[in-house]
Amino acid sequence: MVDYLLILVSTVLVNNFILVQFLGLCPFMGVSSKLETAMGMSLATTFVLTIASLCSYLTSRYLLKPLQLEYLQTISFILVIAFVVQFTEMLVHKTSPLLHRVLGIFLPLITTNCAVLGVALLNIKKDHGFLASILYGFGAAVGFSLVLILFSALRERIAAGDVPGPFKGPAIAMITAGIMSLAFMGFTGMVAL
Amino acid sequence: MVLPQITSPHISGANRTGQLMLWVILATLPALALQTYWYGYGNLINVILAALMAITMEAAIIRIRRRPVVFYLADNSALLTAVLLGLALPPFSPWWLLLIAVLSAIVFAKHLYGGLGNNPFNPAMVGYALVLIAFPVEMTRWATAGIDLSMEDSLRITFMGFSDVNGIDSWTHATPLDLVKHKGAQPIDALIASPEMGQGLKAAYWVNFAYAIGGSMLLCLRIISWHAPVAMLTSLALISSVFYWVDPQKYPSSLMHLLTGATMMGAFFIITDPVSSATSRLGKLFYGAAIGILVYVIRTFGSYPEAMAFSVLLMNLAAPFIDYYTRPRSYGHQSSWWR
Repeated sequence: MVDYLLILVSTVLVNNFILVQFLGLCPFMGVSSKLETAMGMSLATTFVLTIASLCSYLTSRYLLKPLQLEYLQTISFILVIAFVVQFTEMLVHKTSPLLHRVLGIFLPLITTNCAVLGVALLNIKKDHGFLASILYGFGAAVGFSLVLILFSALRERIAAGDVPGPFKGPAIAMITAGIMSLAFMGFTGMVAL
Repeated sequence: MVLPQITSPHISGANRTGQLMLWVILATLPALALQTYWYGYGNLINVILAALMAITMEAAIIRIRRRPVVFYLADNSALLTAVLLGLALPPFSPWWLLLIAVLSAIVFAKHLYGGLGNNPFNPAMVGYALVLIAFPVEMTRWATAGIDLSMEDSLRITFMGFSDVNGIDSWTHATPLDLVKHKGAQPIDALIASPEMGQGLKAAYWVNFAYAIGGSMLLCLRIISWHAPVAMLTSLALISSVFYWVDPQKYPSSLMHLLTGATMMGAFFIITDPVSSATSRLGKLFYGAAIGILVYVIRTFGSYPEAMAFSVLLMNLAAPFIDYYTRPRSYGHQSSWWR
C-alpha cells in the first residue's frame, strides 16, 4: 500500500514528468496559453495515459515476453498507443457527445505526446506490476496536469505584463518553465524511487 | 464664485512604492544587527555588496529597456531585493556568488518579465534557489554562531576565499536545521542538549525574534496584511505539532520549526511580497497555509535542510491559479467561490 502511495508522490511531485524528466514538453508549451484548453488537455491526457499504460503493460506481459520479441517494444507501444487513442476517440464520439466536445481535438494530439510512450517504456524498465503500471501512468498524468494547469494560469498573467520585445511569447515561457523546474528541485530526495 | 470640475483622483501622493520599500528595508535592520552580532560582519558585507550590484544592474537594464532610469530606481525595489538576498545568503559568501544571485534576481526574475509589478516569482528567492542548486558547497557554509572575525579578515574571505586567512582554523558550523537533518537515529533531546546545537539554536532564536519584531512593525504600519503570515505560521505550527505528538524523539517541536532557519524572515518579508503572492484575502490565506505545509514537508522529508525559497517559488507559480478561483465578490454579483 505504502509502495503505491510512494509511486503517486514520486510521479506527481518528485519525478514530475515535465519539470524533472522533461517529457511531454510539446503540449506543455503548445497548449498552455489558455487555462480552459489546458484543463481540457489535462483531462484527456489523464484518461489516455492511464489506459495506455495498462494496455502497453498487457501487450508486453502477454505478447512480447512469451514470444521473446522485447526488441519490438518501442514500435509495438507506439502502435498500441495510437490504437488506444483512436479507439477512445471513436468510443467517446459515439457514446458521449458532451465529453467529445470537451476532449475532442486533444485526443489525436496525445498520440504524439512523448510522455505517453515514456511512461510505457519506463514501466517496463522499472519492472512494474499490473497495478503499479496503472498507478505510474495515472500519477504521471496527474503531475502533467498539475504543472500544465498552473503554467497556463501563470502564462495568462505574464501575457498581461510588460515583457520586453525580444522575450515575448515562447521565450519568456521557456524562462518561466526553467524557474518552475528550479522550484520543483525542492522536492529532490523525498522519495527514493 | 468659480467651481471648476476636476476628475478624480483628488488627492495624489508622492511615489508611495518607494516609501513602502524603504519601510520594509528599515524593518529588516534589527535582524541585520542581530545577524551581524551573532555571525560576524558577513551579512553586512553581503547586503552592501548586493545593494551596489543590484542598483548598477537595475540602472543598466532600465537603460537598455529605454525607460527613465531615475524614476524606476526611486522605487527602491532593487535595493530591497538586494537586502533580502544579502540577509538570506550565507555570511562570507564569495563575491561572485552574490553577483550571480543578484543577476538572476534583478535581470532574469524581474526585468525580463517587465519589471516591478509584473514578476510572477519573488526575485530574491529565484536568485537564492538558483545559487543553492548551482553552488551547493558555498551555500551550505553558514558561519559559526558567536564568531569573532575582524572586518579585514571578513573582507578577505569574501573576496579571496578562506585559504588566504591566517590564524583561523574554521569559521563555519552546521546550523540547527542541518544538525536535525543529519542526526540519524539520535534522539532530538540528546541533540538539543549538545553544546554545538545549543549555541546555534540560541542565535537562530534571536535572529528569528528580530525578524518577527520588524515584521510586527510592518503589520502595525499596515504595509503588509496579516493573512499570509498568520496562515503560514499557523499551518507550520499545526503540522509540526502533529508530527511531534506522534514521535517527539524523531521530529523537532513546532517551537523549533517556527524559530529556526528562515521561518520568520519568510513569513514577514518574503511571502508578503505584494507582486508575486496571491492577491485576494482568501487567496492569501491559502497561499500562506500551503507555504507552511511545504516548508515542513521539504524540511522533514526532502534533501535540503531549509525550504523557504523552494516553497515560496512553488506557491508563486500556483498564485495565479489561486487568484483565478478566489476572486472577491464584486458588488451586485453572486460569490463565485460558493457557487
